[in-house]
Amino acid sequence: MTDRTETGSPATQSGNDRTPQWHLQGEQNAPVMVLSGTWQARTGNIPVFPKDGLKKAPGAHLSFQTSDVQGWDTGLIAFLWDLKRVAHDAGISLDIQTLPGPMRQLLELLPEAPDEPVHHKKLRQPFLETIGSHTIASVTEVGVVSELGALTVKGAVQTILGRSRMRLIDLLTNTADAGPYALLIVGVVNFLIGAILAFVGAVELQKFAAGIYVASLVGIAMVREMAAVMTAIIMAGRTGGAYAARISTMQGNEEIDALNVFGIPTSTYLILPAVLSLIITMPFLYLYGCLIGMLGGFVVAISMLDITPAGYFHQTVTAFGIGQFIFGFTKSLVFGAFIGLTSCRIGLKAGRSAADVGIAATRAVVVGIVGVIAIDAIFAVIADVLGI
Amino acid sequence: MPDQTVLSLRDITLSFGPKVIQKNISLDVHKGSIFAVMGGSGCGKSTLLKSMIGLLRPSAGEYHVGDENYWAGNEAHRTDLNHRFGVLFQSGALWSSMTIGENIALPLQMFTDLKPDVIRRLVELKLGFVGMLQAIDLYPSEISGGMRKRAGLARALALDPDILFFDEPSAGLDPITSARLDDLILNLRDGLGATIIIVSHELSSLFHIADDGIFLDAKTKTPIAHGSPRDLRDHCTDPQVHAFMHRERDEEGNT
Repeated sequence: MTDRTETGSPATQSGNDRTPQWHLQGEQNAPVMVLSGTWQARTGNIPVFPKDGLKKAPGAHLSFQTSDVQGWDTGLIAFLWDLKRVAHDAGISLDIQTLPGPMRQLLELLPEAPDEPVHHKKLRQPFLETIGSHTIASVTEVGVVSELGALTVKGAVQTILGRSRMRLIDLLTNTADAGPYALLIVGVVNFLIGAILAFVGAVELQKFAAGIYVASLVGIAMVREMAAVMTAIIMAGRTGGAYAARISTMQGNEEIDALNVFGIPTSTYLILPAVLSLIITMPFLYLYGCLIGMLGGFVVAISMLDITPAGYFHQTVTAFGIGQFIFGFTKSLVFGAFIGLTSCRIGLKAGRSAADVGIAATRAVVVGIVGVIAIDAIFAVIADVLGI
Repeated sequence: MPDQTVLSLRDITLSFGPKVIQKNISLDVHKGSIFAVMGGSGCGKSTLLKSMIGLLRPSAGEYHVGDENYWAGNEAHRTDLNHRFGVLFQSGALWSSMTIGENIALPLQMFTDLKPDVIRRLVELKLGFVGMLQAIDLYPSEISGGMRKRAGLARALALDPDILFFDEPSAGLDPITSARLDDLILNLRDGLGATIIIVSHELSSLFHIADDGIFLDAKTKTPIAHGSPRDLRDHCTDPQVHAFMHRERDEEGNT
């Protein structure tokens, strides 16, 4: 804001005179606050009026003399506000009519006894209690996600029976985004995984003149574990994060509220297409990942080892049975449903601000990746028991 | 210096690509005035405001802030000029990851060398002006729409700007809060000596506070009237302006 130079002020230009200065003069019953100098907030040299600057004198009037003020902005008002609060506590009334109009108007806006700021009360929970409440929250969350899954299945059944509320166009756009558009990144990652496996295997197996088993190693690893898990991790980061961000933004825009008011269930309108698109695309991406991974292994093995392409192909085909395939295939379906459900749930649970959208997207990715690996471990145990 | 021009637009044309929003806008905003940008919905009021605060480069015309040609310089030059501006966005546009106090402190931390306790004092002062001191440590999501707007106003005042832009300040506020905001705007104008540009179609508030203005027409895509809202209400003969100022339906039945 512009400086406000009081007309008629003595034009003293020496540096010292321009610093903001104040002093009290006159009787205790009728003190006068004399202000002089330049009071600019930006300079950072605005004095603070001391809390004990005024002696208690109920009924006294304090007047102002501002003719020596050469320029001022809100810095002066900050000082006057200090004074106003101290004067209020001391029972002294301010004779603000002696202030120039603009100062008076700004000072009148300010409360003399401001309300205490409202603070967040962060109760520190005892350690064990924290663990307990987190555990309960986690178990509850499992229940909520399961219920959401059940609602989504119900929505799917209704869709099949023709009492549908899911729009086909949503399913198609979601599927396009989770499928064809993800091919490149899924391909690159699986190719490299296959190549890395072949590298690691080739170094060791060559020592035993068993280089040809690189094909078995890559084949089994890709089909059983790597293709499904790596694809799921990519989709958790890519699509899961996007779902969570989209739904939490809708939450912030009150779009979810609008759906609820119309009675359009979020489970069929939002979650079903999201989950379904992942369930549809994940198995395809898994098969594609297997093939590309084996191709990566093939390229490395052929260039590093003394193996013919036909030999590698033959070894790969005989390495694993259909059981391994079904195992990996099933996992990819479960991963797809898991990522879809959890990321939608996290989006629905998010707060309504921009920061909350970021938190929701991060959580969806973290929960997605950790969850996929945990589920994979559970599958490994089951497979061990069943002897697959 | 009653007639000092703070902002002047000459033959400004605003467009998004080939689509022209408004053309031939010429206006002068005088120091200490409250200038209203009026017009029906979709006529380009907010676009004009956007262009005045540097978010949209006009496709033709000249825009002067004080003596400086706003769009002639580089970005750094515009940032300097922007420090004379304080903008209150339509819904407050508070940064949601920060408390109200931090929202107002951020420009001070970025553009001054003041110490944290001095900044805190100034933040309290700005919140005191808008009567929001108690909310200093709350997050934007914890306060109501009207409070967000007042907090946005306090943030607009953070760097003591001499030109304030308000985008629909009273939209979504109840009449009492809205009237109080009007008084606050008048008090700040008189107290700070600031110049205020206000985009609004809240008639009662415009009649109360604005002393100059421009009326944009959506059909012809050009300004059709200049003058204070009170003058336009009482003296303007243009049927559309008349209808707007008197809340009449035009021939097509639109309000």
